[in-house]
Amino acid sequence: MATKKEFDVFTHELVPEHRVLSEEEKEELLRKYRIRISQLPQIKASDPAVVALGAKPGDVIEIKRKSPTAGYYYYYRLVVED
Amino acid sequence: MQSMKKVIGSIEFGILSPQEIRKMSAAEITIPDTYDDDGYPIEGGLMDKRLGVIDPGLRCETCGARAGDCPGHFGHVELARPIIHVGFAKTIHRVLESTCRECGRIKLTEDEIQEYMKKFEVVGDRKKAKDRLIKEIHKKAKERMVCPHCGAPQFPIKFERPTIYWELRKDEEGNEYRHRMMPSEVRDRLEKIPDKDLPLLGLHPEKSRPEWMVLTVLPVPPVTMRPSITLESGIRAEDDLTHKLVDIIRINNRLKSNIEAGAPQLIIEDLWDLLQYHVTTYINNETSGIPPAKHKSGRPLKTLSQRLKGKEGRFRGNLSGKRVNFSARTVISPDPMISINEVGVPIAVAMELTVPEKVTEFNFQKLKQRVLNGPEKYPGANYVIDPEGRRIRLMENNLEIIAEKLDIGWTVERHLEDGDIVLFNRQPSLHRMSIMAHRVRVMPYKTFRLNLAVCPPYNADFDGDEMNLHVPQTEEAQAEAKILMEVQNHIISPRYGGPLIAGMQDHISGGYLLTREGAYFTRSEVEQMLMFAGIEVEELPKPDKKENGVELWSGKTIFSLLLPDDLTIWYRNKLCDDPERCEALEKLIEEKLVPDEEEVRKLAYDGFTYILNGKLLSGVVDKKAYGREDGKLLDIIVREYGVERARQFLDQVTKLTIWVITHRGFTTAIDDEDLPDEALDRIHEIIREAEERVQRLIEAYRNGELEPLPGKTLEETLESNIMAVLAEARDNAGKVAEKYLGMTNHAVIMAKTGARGKILNITQMAAMLGQQSIRGKRLYRGYRGRVLTHFKPGDLSAKARGFVTNSYKSGLTPQEYFFHAMGGREGLVDTAVRTAQSGYMQRRLINALQDLKVDYDGTVRDPSGIIVQFKYGEDGVDPMKSWQGKTVDVDRVIVRTLLKVRGRR
Repeated sequence: MATKKEFDVFTHELVPEHRVLSEEEKEELLRKYRIRISQLPQIKASDPAVVALGAKPGDVIEIKRKSPTAGYYYYYRLVVED
Repeated sequence: MQSMKKVIGSIEFGILSPQEIRKMSAAEITIPDTYDDDGYPIEGGLMDKRLGVIDPGLRCETCGARAGDCPGHFGHVELARPIIHVGFAKTIHRVLESTCRECGRIKLTEDEIQEYMKKFEVVGDRKKAKDRLIKEIHKKAKERMVCPHCGAPQFPIKFERPTIYWELRKDEEGNEYRHRMMPSEVRDRLEKIPDKDLPLLGLHPEKSRPEWMVLTVLPVPPVTMRPSITLESGIRAEDDLTHKLVDIIRINNRLKSNIEAGAPQLIIEDLWDLLQYHVTTYINNETSGIPPAKHKSGRPLKTLSQRLKGKEGRFRGNLSGKRVNFSARTVISPDPMISINEVGVPIAVAMELTVPEKVTEFNFQKLKQRVLNGPEKYPGANYVIDPEGRRIRLMENNLEIIAEKLDIGWTVERHLEDGDIVLFNRQPSLHRMSIMAHRVRVMPYKTFRLNLAVCPPYNADFDGDEMNLHVPQTEEAQAEAKILMEVQNHIISPRYGGPLIAGMQDHISGGYLLTREGAYFTRSEVEQMLMFAGIEVEELPKPDKKENGVELWSGKTIFSLLLPDDLTIWYRNKLCDDPERCEALEKLIEEKLVPDEEEVRKLAYDGFTYILNGKLLSGVVDKKAYGREDGKLLDIIVREYGVERARQFLDQVTKLTIWVITHRGFTTAIDDEDLPDEALDRIHEIIREAEERVQRLIEAYRNGELEPLPGKTLEETLESNIMAVLAEARDNAGKVAEKYLGMTNHAVIMAKTGARGKILNITQMAAMLGQQSIRGKRLYRGYRGRVLTHFKPGDLSAKARGFVTNSYKSGLTPQEYFFHAMGGREGLVDTAVRTAQSGYMQRRLINALQDLKVDYDGTVRDPSGIIVQFKYGEDGVDPMKSWQGKTVDVDRVIVRTLLKVRGRR
């Protein structure tokens, strides 16, 4: 249990790929769906994946999930304070 | 009937300001009384004619309309002293605690204000997160005992339910004392709060100033909202709200005169509190902490909150659900002769329900006749509406006069007739197929009739079920119902992408009897069945064979008449028990694609269905053809030929197969399960062997020779070994029984074609019941170490633990009967528990999901535009229009294209 720190969540097969969007990508995303930043789904800053990425509140995370219907499916979440 | 069309763009909620209340008021009410001795409304009283009228004959003094047309108008009462609104008492407390008592600013530093403003922006419309933020701000501000803006010392404020506020002050010497804050003081403080601080308190500066939560003017609802009723005895009974308003005005007047007379402060405060009590109960008579205001009889008054709250309240009782006209309810019964999208409506119902039809030059004669027939003679009419919008009731004595006056531009509310669109519904309405649109078929007798194939979507049977029927009254509603809700649009279930409305039981058995190899019919039989099924053919196809000079048609040929003539499909059906023959045929088809018919006929096998260009060449039709959930043939017809063709097919195929099954005869009885002695001997042998093996296992266990399986204890290992042995024994017994019961046996036909029951049910009837179980284990509960006292404690043998070796036919021993009852009880309990649990789960799910919708850009969003899925279902596919959940069935597309290229026939 002492080696807890070394565990990388992304190596687990159930954890999908996470990525922080750049400012331009963020703008593009909001433009694409014609939404305000507050209309994005959210994720807490304390989420293990967000912690591992080092993302800050206000960042947008792209999650590449495996989908039984669509193969791959991209989901976007706004990092918020918890 | 005439009304302006208006569209609601948005709704805003806020608090009424005193100015607004005065502005919308038609009259100030000062007299705590209603009618004078002559029963005439008192001016300035609660029934003032400026507030609208409810007595016939009087005219409203505000709008000039008569009772019924006048919507009513608000009045107001000028309160002598401010009064706390109970509904906001808690909010007032929070706002008082969060703001400075001197300068009115929120007790946060400028930096904190900036920070929270930014947070509000991120949160947006999320109610939960917003509430959390507001709570957090409150907590922070409350604890500041010195104002960060003006430096004034702050005191805690205690809230005493329902409407009293205390300030826990300290004097210069540090002595604590309580100060009662009267509503006027509260209001003064709230007034001081600047607009710019309001968003942080969760208030909108323009729509809800905090001081408006303390009333200085009380709106008086229109009389139409609180009508008085005249009893038979001539005594007037006032509405509860009126009673309460009388109290309020009486005390308000007393308070006012006391203040003017300069009465002592104590008396004024007493009256003030009394007024507060009356206003509080007027708003909510179930406020905790104060006794509810009661009627003379001791019944608590129903005041504003009580009108809105609860199941019978305005929202749940009158807005989310309401009673409707043009609806009917009666018992349902089956009618296999009507189409799946029809509903049989009793004449008595058809004469009560009406459809408004506009008179045009095309239907003038028809509608004139309807009017002449009047309400008593079917098909007639009950009302007409003239071009001015007046509704005239048709009665025996005015029929001719009105028929003469009838002209283009009038509307006739005529009786329901064949072909009208109606909505048909059965509770519980769990999914969208619980309400579908049907065409009317007016019929004698008193039940609604429906086709058997639509029972599954409604989950209906005919043991006394009742269903509802609604008649859409406008062309828009009728068109919408027709396009979106008609039964044929729901043949494919959106749940599993297969047919939900399909052939059942007799249709499937009948389909087998019709299409199996060796089923031939004479000319007269063929003519009869085609007539019965409503299949129109120009000419009968060529007979398949001639025997003793009699022309014979095969069932396959007849069945092919129902199929679209360019339909091609092949699949293994439920009867396929010889994979080699299926493979041979499959190979031939896949190699040649358009094989020679003769070649196919040579390989034809009941277990492999092959339809080439609308001709059934091999195999029978069974549940896999047009049965529920896996009717491939029906599925293909819906998708490639449209729902209307599918409806026609389903109507025809059900009728055709019903003819076949009724004319051939189809019964089953206990002697269907008769087995020859040799078979029974075999079964007994199997049972004996199994019991012996079990005994050996027990022996091994007792001697400690049993090797435990991984992850299991020794006992568990023994149990699972025994269960395996016994299950195998039952299967083997079943196989023996099956061998002796062939496709001439009706029970077997039903099981194998998927019409009803499983082979297991036949095994249980003919051979043996097998192991009874509870929670997947052998029976063990009852007495200590044994289930029944007929066995020795600790007896682990098959017989003692619920292994039933008798069959339903041979009859169970008393012990076996009890074991069987134990197993059966588990099933009953399971279903009871499951329905209750899943019903609740469904309710919660629907509550959570009901407001989500798919936007035009394919995203799933909630009403405030928050995205839930970036693409519906992650792939944007409508499950009802998909191919087994996929967007396209590539194989099918290839087959279709190849068939087209290589030419049909």
